[in-house]
Amino acid sequence: MSADLSTDYLGLKLAHPVVPSASPLTGDIDHIHALVEAGAPAVVLPSLFEEQIEHDAMAVHFSIELGADGFGESAGGFFPQLDDYNTGPEDYLDLIRRAKAEVSVPVIASLNGVSSGGWTLYAQILSDQGIDALELNIYRIAADLGLTSEDVERSYVELVETIKKSVDLPLAVKIGPYFSSMGHMALRLVDAGADALVMFNRFYQPDIDLETLGVTPNLVLSDPVELRLVLRWLAILYGRVGCDMAATSGIHEASDAIKALLAGATVTMMASALLENGPSRLTEVRDGMESWFSERGYDSVDQARGSLSYSSVPDPGVFERTSYMKTLTSYVPTW
Amino acid sequence: MTPLAKSSYTMVDGNEAAARIAHLLSEVIAIYPITPASPMGELADAWSHQGQSNLWGVVPDVIEMQSEAGAAGAIHGALTVGALSTTFTASQGLLLMLPNMYKIAGELTPTVIHVAARTVATHALSIFGDHSDVMSARQTGFAILSSASVQEAQDMAVVAHLATLESRIPFLHFFDGFRTSHEINKIELIDEDSLRDLIDEDLIAGHRIRALNPNNPMLRGSAQNPDVFFQAREAANPYYDAVPLIVADAMDRIAKVTGRRHGLFEYSGAPDAETVMVIMGSGAGAADETVTRLIREGHKVGLLVVKLYRPFDASVFASVLPKTTKRVIAMDRTKEPGAVGDPLYLDVVAALSEEGRRIEVYGGRYGLSSKEFTPSMVAGAFNEVTRDTPRRHFTVGIVDDVTNNSVDWDEDWWVEPDEVTRAIFFGLGSDGTVGANKNSVKIIGESTDLSAQGYFVYDSKKAGSRTISHLRISPQPIESTYLIRHADFVAVHQFDFLESIDVLEVARPGATILLNSPYPADEIWGRLPIEAQGQIVEKDLEVWAIDAAAIARETGLGGRVNTVLQTCFFHLTDFLPADKSVAAIKRHIRDSYGKRGETVVRRNEEAVDRAIDGLFEVAVGEAAGPLRISDPVPEIAPEFVKRVTAMMLAGKGDLLPVSALPVDGAFPTGTAMWEKRSIADEIPIWDPDICIDCGRCALVCPHAAIRFKAFDPDIPVPEGFLWKESTGQDLRGKRIVIQVAPDDCTGCRICVEICPAKSKEIVKHKAINMAPIDDHLERERRNFEYFLEIPEMDRSQVNAFSVKGSQLLEPLFEFSGACAGCGETPYLKLITQMMGDRMIVANATGCSSIYGGNLPTTPWTTNADGRGPAWSNSLFEDNAEFGLGMRLALQAQRSDAILLVTALAPDLGQLAVDILETIENLDRSDIDALVNRQRTHVTELKKRLGNMAGPLPKRLEGVADSLIETSIWIVGGDGWAYDIGFGGLDHVLASGRDINILVLDTEVYSNTGGQASKATPRAAIAKFASGGKETAKKDLGKIAMSYGNVYVAQIAMGANLTQTVKTLAEAEAHRGVSLVIAYSPCIAHGIDMTKQLSHQKLATDTGYWPLYRYDPAREDAGEPGLRLDSRKPKIPFKDFASKEARFAVLGRADPEGAERLLREAQHDIDNRWHLYEQMVQIHRTAEYAEVEE
Repeated sequence: MSADLSTDYLGLKLAHPVVPSASPLTGDIDHIHALVEAGAPAVVLPSLFEEQIEHDAMAVHFSIELGADGFGESAGGFFPQLDDYNTGPEDYLDLIRRAKAEVSVPVIASLNGVSSGGWTLYAQILSDQGIDALELNIYRIAADLGLTSEDVERSYVELVETIKKSVDLPLAVKIGPYFSSMGHMALRLVDAGADALVMFNRFYQPDIDLETLGVTPNLVLSDPVELRLVLRWLAILYGRVGCDMAATSGIHEASDAIKALLAGATVTMMASALLENGPSRLTEVRDGMESWFSERGYDSVDQARGSLSYSSVPDPGVFERTSYMKTLTSYVPTW
Repeated sequence: MTPLAKSSYTMVDGNEAAARIAHLLSEVIAIYPITPASPMGELADAWSHQGQSNLWGVVPDVIEMQSEAGAAGAIHGALTVGALSTTFTASQGLLLMLPNMYKIAGELTPTVIHVAARTVATHALSIFGDHSDVMSARQTGFAILSSASVQEAQDMAVVAHLATLESRIPFLHFFDGFRTSHEINKIELIDEDSLRDLIDEDLIAGHRIRALNPNNPMLRGSAQNPDVFFQAREAANPYYDAVPLIVADAMDRIAKVTGRRHGLFEYSGAPDAETVMVIMGSGAGAADETVTRLIREGHKVGLLVVKLYRPFDASVFASVLPKTTKRVIAMDRTKEPGAVGDPLYLDVVAALSEEGRRIEVYGGRYGLSSKEFTPSMVAGAFNEVTRDTPRRHFTVGIVDDVTNNSVDWDEDWWVEPDEVTRAIFFGLGSDGTVGANKNSVKIIGESTDLSAQGYFVYDSKKAGSRTISHLRISPQPIESTYLIRHADFVAVHQFDFLESIDVLEVARPGATILLNSPYPADEIWGRLPIEAQGQIVEKDLEVWAIDAAAIARETGLGGRVNTVLQTCFFHLTDFLPADKSVAAIKRHIRDSYGKRGETVVRRNEEAVDRAIDGLFEVAVGEAAGPLRISDPVPEIAPEFVKRVTAMMLAGKGDLLPVSALPVDGAFPTGTAMWEKRSIADEIPIWDPDICIDCGRCALVCPHAAIRFKAFDPDIPVPEGFLWKESTGQDLRGKRIVIQVAPDDCTGCRICVEICPAKSKEIVKHKAINMAPIDDHLERERRNFEYFLEIPEMDRSQVNAFSVKGSQLLEPLFEFSGACAGCGETPYLKLITQMMGDRMIVANATGCSSIYGGNLPTTPWTTNADGRGPAWSNSLFEDNAEFGLGMRLALQAQRSDAILLVTALAPDLGQLAVDILETIENLDRSDIDALVNRQRTHVTELKKRLGNMAGPLPKRLEGVADSLIETSIWIVGGDGWAYDIGFGGLDHVLASGRDINILVLDTEVYSNTGGQASKATPRAAIAKFASGGKETAKKDLGKIAMSYGNVYVAQIAMGANLTQTVKTLAEAEAHRGVSLVIAYSPCIAHGIDMTKQLSHQKLATDTGYWPLYRYDPAREDAGEPGLRLDSRKPKIPFKDFASKEARFAVLGRADPEGAERLLREAQHDIDNRWHLYEQMVQIHRTAEYAEVEE
């Protein structure tokens, strides 16, 4: 008998726990169709970036104004007036509308804001489109050395509180791992209204071009090894923070997804592996997961979920600092 | 933008008023850009692109042609096949239409050409307004109808369209360029239903019936012989005879609809007038105000405004003149040298003579090139003809101290009525002042019962240009067609203007002043020059200030202070209650910027909300300095610059008398160096410790504001002067210096962008870095002065044809007024470094003729020997031929010189032998050495000729300079090379003569404001290509290569400096025609010009702008002629396109259309590269074997 893979995430009934996460793949309606055909139980749309919207609008504005009325022959500027510049979130809203209308699975929108006003404004706009849940994609590089960790954490908490009050939607909060006390932060976010934590977001990282001596930020696809960090915090937090947890970063194969579930993930999310291999990879992961659980006689994923979490393993210390020591000392060079 | 459907008051300019009618009443519209008529074509194109239909529900087909001649041809064809067709033009454009106008009129074809009347180029080009163009068309057979105001630009447009249909005579409808075409005023629109009622459909049906149609064939355009041509020409007479009545009838019908009554000749003034002024166009506004006042003062004067100028109905004209008239002053806004009088004068004289009226007629000339025409000048004209011995012909508005034709006038005689509020705003072209003021007059005009008028004056610079906005607000309609001289409100949007010009001179006593000040309240008074302090104290001015730049910066609006200062204007005046004005400003912000996104609207609204809080009143102190307004030029400037140029720079060119100006339009070069504008906030500062002596910063500087020199160690340098030891082998033992010209730099920072030398400790620190000008100005001024004293490099010591070597040589093109970061000027500067002392430039009209030759100053300059580029601009369309003529002249002179040297050889001895041998064995491999040898010969020759008697030596002296190599450069933009001048260019390409052609390809008509040309690439938006250009860019290089003997190259400085320098050297060396097409980024691309070099590189890396050289010499050597100088593209075009607004904006407006066009544009690139790759492997020349008989 096959194991039951159905999963509740953010109050949504999902056929199984392998969800395409926010990526360029979910930014295109044709790809969304392909993902759903491949079995995606829900889709998380790419993040709507407030900063990008603002930047685009001002860039369009400044480029149109460039040279306008600067001399007698440039009255009115160098460009014709166009009917529309679509600098707002309209393209994104259109994607939501089409996804909602054309696919039957839940649609989760993702939002990345910069200003407190922007976060709430766009959260409401997205909510008005009838999305099934909202994921807040928060990351903040505290380059201002005057900011304390408490300042940063409070801003996260206040943001979640504000959004929770302004929209009536299940709320997932996607964060990074770089808190002094990740676990405590998780508790605060749940208290503030997070219905799920998505761990962890990945963003542009700087690189250095040795040729030009320039800094070139970019985003590289994830590597399965990144899952390790996720596993640690899934395991530590499982059963202790009172919310759903989505594992993202480093899930490329069925074995990765299974590990995440065993550590405590409610759902697993994939992006890099789908970008590399196409939507069929999602089917493979789901099928692989089903086989693994079935072959081992699990009734359902619910049964397995968290079975290797901090609370469930005989030696929870493996998830703590000693695990680092052990890993290091057990490492044997191969050369 | 959108034509209103129903009758209503609105605020528009003359161009829009006329264009709306033309668009509603036409089916085919052929256009071509020319200032100041371009906006009519742009609006028509935009309306059609938006799907706006004409009166009959059809969207007019608007097509851009290659020239005005093309536009005229296209409408002639459209009319011939029965369409309702129109076009818009001005100046030279109208002249190019003349041949077709004769034809259209000769065939009795109804059409209307709308003209924003502009000066025809004579001794100089001028974009401004007068009637010289219209008067050149008066013999074509077109009826000519004149509008004097924005309202009339609409009303007369309707009259013209109605009357042409009924009379079959084509109409030229005109209004004054800029003064009416660009003036915003409150007018009442004629709604579409009323228009429909006015149109007689039977007349349109008649036009269709007369059209060419194979179902009912006929022949037009026959050739006729002496037997019948004359009679046939007379056959149309009845149609002309009928025009005045038809026009009068149309005017009556419109009056019934609008209540506005017009006549063929409109008389106003005293019914018993003795002196009547006859005038046409916008000058009528000033004349009417004057006549009203003169009558009030008891004078018997009147005004007759001509509306229908052709056909000139003498009998109606005479009938509207009061019987008491003793004198008529016919005012002409044109000059017809050599005629008995100017055209209107002659018509008036003839009409009165024919009508038997014994009236003295005087001719007054005024207002050429938009010269001010004020009520005081009108009064001066009236005074003149009532003197005991009046001049029959006079000028007014200038001081003619040569032929003494000008009349005196007292500018203080005229005071505008108190009910008119007058405001003047001094702004920068880039700060949005003009745009905000256009909005302000619209807000007042549309939100209140008040009338409002906006008129905008620009200087001739493109970087750091100053604008002056003149706004009038009045309870009465505003017909004052002249600049404000006494303002109730003066806003200075850039504080540093106060330091260079007396901006407060225009303030009336008690006026309100608004300063945009970076200084706090307690510092402002001390920062004002004593002249401004004096004006404030003496006239009891109320001074307010705000740091608008800070608010604009903080609200994310960059340097655009417009919204903040506009809010202050409304706050300090009382046209609208405070809450209503804020609401109205915000409404206009939404109207203007709403489509660009909520962010733009929100940020501007925030700026509005913060404006009032930031406003404070300035405490007035004593006028005690210590600052003074700086002199426009230094004391050491040449006499002409001090006497003439300085006046223009100080904004007082109007005061220069006739004697101050050259008689033939020839001006000294080297004048830009005296115009120290100091427009940069930041300037580049050199760090010698990091510099690697490459010279790239100097090469790419668009303004020659970064200089590079090498000098010997024994030359002493003052303290604080920066230098370093040369690191290169080529300059071993020398010191080098990179020096900024701090007052001439525009702060574009592309020198910093190109600098390859970075600090090893802090990579952002380069060998050249931007720094606040205030921190460095004094030191850099001193250093630049000293730098100029360091001797120039000996040309024989450097390789002028290398990147570094060229930069060690003196640029003979410097400090132009081109846009900051201009993509064109570095090429010109580079050429002058390589060969400027032996070049003549034929420059097509366009940006390069404006930054190159628009007074007050020119960047073309001379070296210490007095040699340098000699420059001229003929026209837009003829530049290639103009340059060819120059080469022909030099060849002819050289032939003459050779003959004469040969004839005088017995006297000249060895010198003759040397001269002839040098010419015969012309070896250009070391061109500098050759030229030096020739110059030595010619110097010696002239010395010897001076001592010789007889006609031959004198004749030889006149042509001796032709024995020195001269480099002819034909320079122009893509509008010239690809479109209007292409026919001539093609002919010159085929000529085989020794000529160099440089096409500064911005891929758009930059100078007229961004219209598409055939160089515009597929997928780019531009005016006339609102939906993205649908066709590929013309491959001009490939066309030129087809001749086989033309050197052809494409260069892009930002992609490959070495290839650029090498190409220009090869082009000059080629003994035939050379065509160099230079990629020239432009603000019309919608890019950050700071980064324009990286755009060039990306253009090349994507294959969008491949670099190549086709050298016929290689063909002669048995190799393929074409060589690709850039690598096979690996980056997709969209990576380049996404960085330029001209492509990227379309992706927002029309994503699907943009995607298709980008795909097609990629195909264009792929196909071209594929073709070139094959071409580099082929030999076009076949091997011929001698055929033996």
